[in-house]
Amino acid sequence: MIEAEGLSKRYGKTLAVDNLSFSVQSGRVTGFLGPNGAGKSTTMRMILGLDKPSGGNVRIDGKRYKELHNPLRTVGALLDAKWVHPNRSARAHLRWLAKSNRLSPKRVDEVLDLVGLTDVANRRAGGFSLGMSQRLGIAAALLGDPQVLLFDEPVNGLDPEGILWIRRFMHRLAEEGRTVFVSSHLLSEMALTAQELIVIGKGKLISQCSTEEFVAQATENTVLVRSPQLALLRSALGELGASIRDDGESLVVSGMDIAKIGELAAAKNVALHELSPQRGSLEEAFIQLTGDAVEYHAALGDAAPAQPADLMPLGK
Amino acid sequence: MTLLAVERIKLFTTRSPLWCTLAALAVTIGFAALLAGVDTENLPTIASTQFGMNFGLMVIMVMATLAITTEYRFGTIRATFQAVPNRSATLIAKTTVVALFAGIVGELAAFGAVGISKLIQSGADLSINTPFEWRATAGVGLVYALAAVISVAVGVMIRHSAGAVSLTLIYVLLVESLVALIPNVGDDIQKWMPFYVVNKFLTGDPDITNRPIQEGPPPSLSSLSPWWSLAYFAGFALIMLLAALFTANKRDA
Repeated sequence: MIEAEGLSKRYGKTLAVDNLSFSVQSGRVTGFLGPNGAGKSTTMRMILGLDKPSGGNVRIDGKRYKELHNPLRTVGALLDAKWVHPNRSARAHLRWLAKSNRLSPKRVDEVLDLVGLTDVANRRAGGFSLGMSQRLGIAAALLGDPQVLLFDEPVNGLDPEGILWIRRFMHRLAEEGRTVFVSSHLLSEMALTAQELIVIGKGKLISQCSTEEFVAQATENTVLVRSPQLALLRSALGELGASIRDDGESLVVSGMDIAKIGELAAAKNVALHELSPQRGSLEEAFIQLTGDAVEYHAALGDAAPAQPADLMPLGK
Repeated sequence: MTLLAVERIKLFTTRSPLWCTLAALAVTIGFAALLAGVDTENLPTIASTQFGMNFGLMVIMVMATLAITTEYRFGTIRATFQAVPNRSATLIAKTTVVALFAGIVGELAAFGAVGISKLIQSGADLSINTPFEWRATAGVGLVYALAAVISVAVGVMIRHSAGAVSLTLIYVLLVESLVALIPNVGDDIQKWMPFYVVNKFLTGDPDITNRPIQEGPPPSLSSLSPWWSLAYFAGFALIMLLAALFTANKRDA
């Protein structure tokens, strides 16, 4: 379990991570979602004690990373698959990592086998394809058989086969009761991989909920209505409090059940040419959500000086 | 001990230490062979066999710098700090391993140079008897080891291979010599420059061999005694190391 409390990171003038609080539970895959530059990697580096938070703290099973004894046995992480010396063999890379946490050299062969790199274990890591590098990174993360696993954009640049392999792998790890925390900037990918989502934008928490909930919330359900008597229908719908977008030829109704719209049309004797449910794409929803965060962030600066002026009439 | 073993694995599973060792031995032993073979008028002395010592030192310092800057370059330093969050312990272990390795190369270079000179000029008296002769040969390893500590420290602070290597070489090769050109005070400042001072340990006081000055490393005019010179150099290395540990702990990895 990972718990962040008021986590912040400032680089000069920019606040990369802003007062972020969340918790990651064990036994499920938790997605860490946000556009590029939202502060996902910075947050992960702070979890691992590589970067020092400017404020707040983050704990793993109640302990700070620096307090962990032989941390690879508690937390495994793949932040960047390229963090390997290109002239060192895959086996040598795992060998020094294993040694550093007093893990047996046998474990190196086990994890190599687990990720399917046994055949190329003695080749220099610099010659590995991206997919192979990712597998080596995962092998390194699994070395200490940790209960907590962190992956930063693990499917970036992988072919479909590699993506599927990683997705299945993460599900398996979560089924074994481990805490799996995966970052991504792709909602569609996370919708397939994660059961729980932590969404951030501009370093701020946007939401933490189950993936289903998030997708349902994010993709607004609307109904498209076409009819020769559009005006009549619109006023009837309006009376019942549905929100309506009218583009002259059709209505897009939100906030009302599709069956109810059909019944209303029948009751009002309105002929319908089309009555169909519309589902927004995940990407649109994501942009809408994180876009809000961006606007919110920008609006803060403008709103602040405007405030006294708004308050003036009240004062008088 | 675990951390030392980790750093040993890291050092010897890449190729650059091997190449640097070969290069260091080639320049030191090579120069000794050249001098013994070409200069037929003067028989080689212990001092003259160590002519290439400073060139080997440069190679070793480059090797020691790269041992840490490549970790920053390839991100393995983050993997290291992730595996062992105690950064001071990790970096001290690395420094120790690199320094020990540099020391061994130094001994090989120094005694190799004596050996090859004896092979070429079998008539030369190259037995090692006096304290000076011991310092001039066995002392090379000590100087290489301490210089490696300084290089690792600079590497930790600068983090970039090119920057750290050029800074080190410019300092050792240019700054310490050119500082003497400052009017009035230049010579006095130079007397306290660490690499200039440590030369006293290897070459000075008293050089009973009465070698011609051009045969062997230039003597040092430091006012410290040879062993105090080494202590001064060690103190400088320690300060650099502490500064490096301080920055590494303060900075984000």
